[in-house]
Amino acid sequence: MTGLEVAERLAHKESAAARQPLPVARWLGGLRRIAFRSAAILGLLAIWEAAPRLGLVDSTFLPPFSEVAVAWWQLLVDGQLLDNTLASLGRSLTGFGLAVAVAVPLGLLIGWYKPVAELLGPLLEVFRNTAALALLPVFVLLLGIGETSKISIVLYACVWPILLNTISAVRTVDPTLLKLARSLDLPPICLFQKVILPAAAPTVFTGVRLAGAVSILVLVAAEMVGAKAGLGYLVNSAQFNFAIPQMYAGIVTISAIGVGFNQLLVALERKFTSWRREQA
Amino acid sequence: MITLRGVTKDFGDFTALAGIDLDVAAGEFVVLVGPSGCGKSTLLDLLAGLAQPTSGRLLLHGKPIDGPGLDRGIVFQQYALLPWRTALGNVEFGLEATGVPRRQRAAQAREFLDLVGLTGFEQRHPHELSGGMRQRVAIARSLAYDPEVLLMDEPFAALDAQTRESLQDELLRIWERTGKTIVFITHSIDEAVYLGQQVAVLTSRPGRVKRSVRIDLGNRQEIRDLRSSPEFARYRHEIWELLHDEVARAQRLEVAR
Repeated sequence: MTGLEVAERLAHKESAAARQPLPVARWLGGLRRIAFRSAAILGLLAIWEAAPRLGLVDSTFLPPFSEVAVAWWQLLVDGQLLDNTLASLGRSLTGFGLAVAVAVPLGLLIGWYKPVAELLGPLLEVFRNTAALALLPVFVLLLGIGETSKISIVLYACVWPILLNTISAVRTVDPTLLKLARSLDLPPICLFQKVILPAAAPTVFTGVRLAGAVSILVLVAAEMVGAKAGLGYLVNSAQFNFAIPQMYAGIVTISAIGVGFNQLLVALERKFTSWRREQA
Repeated sequence: MITLRGVTKDFGDFTALAGIDLDVAAGEFVVLVGPSGCGKSTLLDLLAGLAQPTSGRLLLHGKPIDGPGLDRGIVFQQYALLPWRTALGNVEFGLEATGVPRRQRAAQAREFLDLVGLTGFEQRHPHELSGGMRQRVAIARSLAYDPEVLLMDEPFAALDAQTRESLQDELLRIWERTGKTIVFITHSIDEAVYLGQQVAVLTSRPGRVKRSVRIDLGNRQEIRDLRSSPEFARYRHEIWELLHDEVARAQRLEVAR
């Protein structure tokens, strides 16, 4: 081994050691980071609490956060919140799950056959850029106002981000990796399983995460149009009955579910593409 | 062992290679040097079986090369490592293609990482390794499934000068130990003279072998700073003369485009 290599190795070891601070310091650092990151949200809640009490806004239309919290608790205790949340989540997850099951394999297939991708590209762009909610009346017309139309609209809206991301993921696999696989005379199934799938995974996951956000967004709107249960229905009917704190309680629940779902998908993404961390 | 006769490759009405003749003996280290855009990489693709010549013949042991095969290993300039696999996993990747039983793979991969001086780095991912180390992993991967020929496409071009020199020495050491036949592509005259037993100088577009120069620098172990020796300078100058006109011509073509 030459002196240079030794230096190269030592530099490597040092940088690896520098990257791992003491556990206590890391724990404290994490705590500080959490405090810092939640500061803006706590600030918003403080303004929400103070503004109606100081008479800056009409407390009939924007009750202080504490009243909303109380209303939320009541909804939780009498079971309304849970029932509606479960109804919404059931629809969202069914539509989202079906979209993943359909769009990922389809996207892999379309992405792999270049002519197909080029042929369908413009059509897919049109569909993606047509707001799903604009099509809601069509879905209601064709499928009625029951569960089918709501799950279908979620499915429809979730398919596009996943499909388009999967197609571009397959098409942007590093060409030298494909060349390597070809030089090793890898059979097509192996090529797919060992090169294309793992290389495409990060971009596919981006699409899945987008779809996760879309699934809740679209569903809530659909539930406002015609439903007898669900968080969208809860918010809408509360507004209709002038139960303003309950309405805000519903809205807060929706955003909490949205954030939670996204965090879950981010964690999954991390798990499956751990090699990508600190690559940038 | 490798014989090229009148190998020509056209892309539409653009001729990349026009009648390449070349002989490579078993265990020989041959360097192809030429100006940029002379079809060096095209030639390597043909040797790898990733493309077919428009006309002419490429023979390996007297049999035509008609597709990729595990008797030839490629080392790419951009390393072509799978970023989601560790160094060990990347070396195993080549072994999976050859059908080495799972249990033997890890041991064999370790052995070749050791050969390229990467013991202790088995569990690192490519992004945790320096450019030089990544190329070592790629070399280990190509050697692990024991091809007869190693095809190297400007493997050290992306590395800094010092890493490049240490890898050149490493490669010579590996070559002496394993007795592989190596076809090495570069645009660096110094690299060509330092590594090659035979240096084939290619002309600029369309690519043709202008002349093959045999390099004999004596016993490497005896000369301390080979690159400063008078023999080295003489060979360097000889190839520089051969290349000089070609580089000028390539630049004119570049401007004319």
